Amino acid sequence: MKILLFGITREITGQSRLTVPANAGITTVKALKVWLAQQYPAMQGLTSLAVAVDNEYAQDEDVLNPGHEIALIPPVSGG
Amino acid sequence: MLIKLVEHIDLNEAYAYLHANEAGAVNLFVGTVRNHSKGKEVVRLDFEAYDAMAIRQMEHLAKQAFEKWSLVKLAIIHAVGAKDPGTPVVVIGVSSAHRDASFEACRYLIDELKKTVPIWKKEFYEDNSVWVNAHP
Repeated sequence: MKILLFGITREITGQSRLTVPANAGITTVKALKVWLAQQYPAMQGLTSLAVAVDNEYAQDEDVLNPGHEIALIPPVSGG
Repeated sequence: MLIKLVEHIDLNEAYAYLHANEAGAVNLFVGTVRNHSKGKEVVRLDFEAYDAMAIRQMEHLAKQAFEKWSLVKLAIIHAVGAKDPGTPVVVIGVSSAHRDASFEACRYLIDELKKTVPIWKKEFYEDNSVWVNAHP
């Protein structure tokens, strides 16, 4: 499963595209957030961290699959 | 509606798009790079967008505005890349038959854009830089 990264999440991970190994067993947004917090403790210091699936904000219970376009959305600051 | 991400904001393009003979009011909000933040001098801002999602979320906001108010035309244009102080970075434009609708819709659109559209800015000071809003 590939995750697109922007802004501070790109800097925290040092990459703009993160691959979550299949053996991590991630199937939901919530599970992805827990896995990220373990892999990259600095993510826990963010004001918020949302996950987008196919260009829409996703909820914790939403199911992820590798066919989706998945992205991390750190606190936005446009305008 | 005119919704896009650009390298350079063209205010005339936004105004030309919004003009309509049936509209008695055109509201334009222009957000620019401020040269200070929390007491420090800002020398530059870098804007980064998740392009496809940013466009999608701006389209949602435009649709909501058309549902809430009677509008003629609507434009949302946001800049990406490195911007110097004083540079326009976002334009929200609305035209409507009467001014109340365009004032209110314009305010709604910029307020909501700041909450939901996936665009990020990094402020550069003389000695360091920070992603705005990233940390409490």
